[in-house]
Amino acid sequence: MTENPLLERARRFVSALRHCHVLGITVHEANRDGMTLVLPYSPAIVGDPQSGVIHGGALTSLMDTACGMATLCALEEFEVCPTLDLRIDYMHPAAPHKPVYGFAQCYRVTTDVIFTRGFAYQDDPQQPIAHVVGTFMRMGKRLKGTQGLGDTIKGAQA
Amino acid sequence: MTHRFKTRLEQAHARGDYTALLDGIPYAQLIGIECTRLGDELLFRLPANKDNIGNPILPALHGGVIAGFMELAAALHLLVFTGAPGLPKIIDFSLDYLRAGQFRDTYATCQVWRQGRRVANVAITAWQSTAAEPIATARAHFKIEEASRP
Repeated sequence: MTENPLLERARRFVSALRHCHVLGITVHEANRDGMTLVLPYSPAIVGDPQSGVIHGGALTSLMDTACGMATLCALEEFEVCPTLDLRIDYMHPAAPHKPVYGFAQCYRVTTDVIFTRGFAYQDDPQQPIAHVVGTFMRMGKRLKGTQGLGDTIKGAQA
Repeated sequence: MTHRFKTRLEQAHARGDYTALLDGIPYAQLIGIECTRLGDELLFRLPANKDNIGNPILPALHGGVIAGFMELAAALHLLVFTGAPGLPKIIDFSLDYLRAGQFRDTYATCQVWRQGRRVANVAITAWQSTAAEPIATARAHFKIEEASRP
């Protein structure tokens, strides 16, 4: 069993997000290069009942979370980083009955802002179903009310 | 588009009630989107729902839910107003988060800025307290299903 504190932090983070729990989003991989989450296929997230293709909204939730959580890979300590903006380019529809993987990484970290990018794919990362870029605000470590979530992610005992 | 879907759409238009249309879209049911016609305009509502929460501290709605709500609103708006023969397919979606989405009802309205033969540009505004203070603004391009030509 390999020890990966980042993966553990990421797993605790995603388990704290209610909507991610509803969608069944889990952490697939987490390392210094970036974050990969996985969204399982479910009839509940279908946007087109004729084809069984999932709605873009579920994909956006996956990629917003992946980009936001990529900040965990780039920051020494947990900071709350709300999304400033997000753009998604849809390459082609997701194939039904298959999970979607969402990879994201930070490509620039400044004092106030973190720039992230990523892509969603199914079988082949070379054939993404969507590309995404997102910008996140750094609210700092001492933001009121963040301590609780920070401790949860670190795995501290209450 | 199936005949059944078209019938549902026509009935929804006639009654100004889009519930049956939304019932046919599982993701719409999951997040709980509602749609009402006010005069000649459409108002979308996303009732407060614990399952839509992302940040547990505030608590705030998940940004992805706000995005999904706005994207779905834009597609339905196009479907209703442009007489598109089927649910339009999204090409790209760009969203600016202006304020945290509080745990309360969220509203959205859409504006079609340009509808070409193949592509439409739609702007979406989402708010909670007043339309003058949006929580997010977005812009989307959709591929329009071309009506069959002779």
